[in-house]
Amino acid sequence: MLLRHTPLKIQDRKALSVNPAKTCQPIGAMYAALGIHGCLPHSHGSQGCCAYHRSTLTRHYKEPIMSGTSSFTEGASVFGGQANLLQAINNIFTIYEPDLIAVHTTCLSETIGDDVLQITRKARDDGKIPEGKHVIHASTPSYVGSHVTGFANMTKAMVNYFAESTGKKKNQINLIPGYVEPPDMEEIRRLAELMNLSTVMFPDTSGVLNGPQTGRYRMFPPGGVTIPELISTGDSMGTIAMGEYASGDAARVLDTKCKVPCKILDLPIGLQATDRYIDALRKQAGTEVPAQINFERGQLLDIITDMQAWFYGKKVALAGDPDQMIALSEFLVAIDMWPVYVVTGTPGKIFEKRINEITKNSPYPVKVKAGGDLFLLHQWIKNESVDLLIANTYGKYMARDSDIPFIRYGFPILDRIGHSYFPSVGYRGGMRLLEKILDAILDRKDRDSPEESFELVM
Amino acid sequence: MENLKILKERKDQIYQKGSESFEMSCEKNSLAGSISQRACVFCGSRVVLYPIADALHLIHGPIGCAAYTWDIRGALSSGPQLHRFSFSTDLSESDIIFGGEKKLYAALDELIDIHKPKAAFVYATCIIGIIGDDIDAVCRKVSQEKGIPVIAVHSEGFKGTKKDGYAAACNALALLVGQGEISKIGPLSLNIMGEFNIAGEAWSIKEYYQKMGLEVVSIFTGDGRIHDIKKSHGASLNVVQCSGSMLTLANHMEEKYGIPYIRVSYFGIEDMSKALYDVADFFNEDPSVMNRAKEIVKQEINAIYPQLKKYKKALEGRRAAIYVGGAFKAFSMIKALRSIGMSVVLAGSQTGKQEDYECLRDMCDDGTIIVDDANPLELSKYCLEKKVDLFVGGVKERPMAYKLGIGFCDHNHERKISLAGYDGMLNFAREVYSSVKSPVWDLMP
Ligand code: SF4
Ligand code: SF4
Repeated sequence: MLLRHTPLKIQDRKALSVNPAKTCQPIGAMYAALGIHGCLPHSHGSQGCCAYHRSTLTRHYKEPIMSGTSSFTEGASVFGGQANLLQAINNIFTIYEPDLIAVHTTCLSETIGDDVLQITRKARDDGKIPEGKHVIHASTPSYVGSHVTGFANMTKAMVNYFAESTGKKKNQINLIPGYVEPPDMEEIRRLAELMNLSTVMFPDTSGVLNGPQTGRYRMFPPGGVTIPELISTGDSMGTIAMGEYASGDAARVLDTKCKVPCKILDLPIGLQATDRYIDALRKQAGTEVPAQINFERGQLLDIITDMQAWFYGKKVALAGDPDQMIALSEFLVAIDMWPVYVVTGTPGKIFEKRINEITKNSPYPVKVKAGGDLFLLHQWIKNESVDLLIANTYGKYMARDSDIPFIRYGFPILDRIGHSYFPSVGYRGGMRLLEKILDAILDRKDRDSPEESFELVM
Repeated sequence: MENLKILKERKDQIYQKGSESFEMSCEKNSLAGSISQRACVFCGSRVVLYPIADALHLIHGPIGCAAYTWDIRGALSSGPQLHRFSFSTDLSESDIIFGGEKKLYAALDELIDIHKPKAAFVYATCIIGIIGDDIDAVCRKVSQEKGIPVIAVHSEGFKGTKKDGYAAACNALALLVGQGEISKIGPLSLNIMGEFNIAGEAWSIKEYYQKMGLEVVSIFTGDGRIHDIKKSHGASLNVVQCSGSMLTLANHMEEKYGIPYIRVSYFGIEDMSKALYDVADFFNEDPSVMNRAKEIVKQEINAIYPQLKKYKKALEGRRAAIYVGGAFKAFSMIKALRSIGMSVVLAGSQTGKQEDYECLRDMCDDGTIIVDDANPLELSKYCLEKKVDLFVGGVKERPMAYKLGIGFCDHNHERKISLAGYDGMLNFAREVYSSVKSPVWDLMP
């Protein structure tokens, strides 16, 4: 068995991470940048990082992922990467013709102390950036935070570089969806549109990373937020941001910079969190919640009612990104399941506090860890098992070793496709999550039931 | 896209066979800003050493470099699975400022106690080269304390390409070679080099050699064990598989231990058979080896030939593009594709050498495009121009090929089926056939 090397005894580890539950900032920045229409992400560092980030995103989305790299060599790492970045900007606008380049740094360029802002200014002064084109940047050292931090930093950069307030308000709201999948972004927008709101959502990877097969390869697919839309965010009536970790900073900066009031919510995963999102939309729109949305809510509630007996008292282990874990834990508690182990790789204090609050009435002791890893989670499971595991693809090793039902959720997912097409946010996303949970639990029951109690109707 | 601009500086890295001058401007650093498909030094070292299953592989750096290389390659082990864990010192900001040596020491100390590996490899990533940790000193110290080899792999990403990573890995292995007991190893013995046991390939190759009456002392590094590597200098011959990743070590062993090496490829019927014959030829003092080799070749070819013929009939005249890491692999690929009726109209590599490209040119038909370190736009442009039916490439090329409505075959470390040897050839033909003839292409808009 693959993970038989995981020992039962839990030691305090300070010096290392084993089987990480996070990855590094640049990949989050790259993902966010792909949510701008006509954008080519650019990795300011050596080639390897960029190749890894592209490969990982490619495996997760099964789509071609493009990104330039400054291709650092020994020289650049001694003398700084200015020459490389200037040449890169020039080359990229010449061959690939994007509308903008979104530069993120890597550990290497951060450590040698390149000042990307100054370099891009120089590029502008030297005439290397064609009229009407843009270069933006986010600082994303990987020894701080995680891929979620990188996503947050690039989203914040979109505000810093583009948002403008003309003094004349526009009848629209901003949506900052957080580090969620393309279909989640689509669903977040759909719900807002059902409320008759016009929206600008950023970033928006729907249609970029889950586009159709057309028989043509387009380097810049039709989706993504446009630059004029990004500029207009400064004139919006308000901002609804989802997920403190991924979207909080951008929302606050927009508030400070352009006086666009923001509301920062949990990701709308599950019934109550979606209720709060709908409520925020309702207040913005000043209208009633339309029948369609109430209908979907009712359907979700109906499933919870019908299948309550199967949810009752099940213990769940969770690993994933902080915003997701917080909302998901709340949902699980609402359906009478109990998150007992919750791990995120991303460091940060609020996480543990939120999870502890959400699970405070739990009949079981709850273990929670920010900045943890899957090795620790596996040790917890080995010491006392659970009824269900929810984690990214790497969870399958634990699920197999400890023989527990398993749902793939999070990043990366390297062996299934659903995340590219079906949302897990909103009421409909909640239904999908419940279907997955029930499939996993009931399939297991069917597998394990002795013949005499093997049931047809469940 | 059809009238794609090619950067001036890139012109010397693209060549169409038949056009006049030929001097591939290869082996140079990628242009900043081009979307290169290349990886880094660390990637090369990791690929080569990773299959050693009873060693601890600790990546010294921030989390990303470790996270992205966590068990993404299918190098199979028949025993321990320790290599499939992801160990990282996960450096944080204060480590960058104050240095990571203490952390590295503590990590090694803990991990070796918990997992009791037979050796440990410590990979230096880019940042280590900048902050200047003396990882050699830490490794030496831990090695003394724990009594196992603890080896620093100097694989800082920016210090070159994947090829330099291969060399760094070879240097690390060279420290192990020569430490084992060799008195029981006979003269009819060899090491398999450059075979990583993707989808169990090393096992089938090993079986061929064993059937020929040869002793396989060590496999570098597929299903690898420290114990075997230590005694590998007892073998009479090193058989180095094409990609060139192990050449540094083969040269070293030739110099230091007088072990000659031959280069082979296990891909395609022609090259696979040649490999067995070449090895048998080396051991020609015992004619039974050659006789057995002939017997194996005959049997194996007979076993797959009827089916192969069927695929060939179906694929006759189809066109392929290949884009590989090292160019040597391309040679076998071209022959193998020809043997199933296909022609290669585009051939490229990430890190080929001038003589590789010359060899490619000589092998290719007129009109074939040859590229060094290509970007995706160039690849897709030529695929369309040349009306390619099949793309043979790695993970980053697959979705691009599909988007263009082109079949795809993964030759890289991530594939799940064995492509080596005779069965491998049949697998390859089947995979090509299933992709090229997939009914999905009839549904394209
Ligand atoms: S952790 Fe740093 S060095 Fe490693 S892949 Fe990420 S950005 Fe590159
Ligand atoms: S940091 Fe260096 S070693 Fe790590 S992936 Fe990037 S280029 Fe490779």
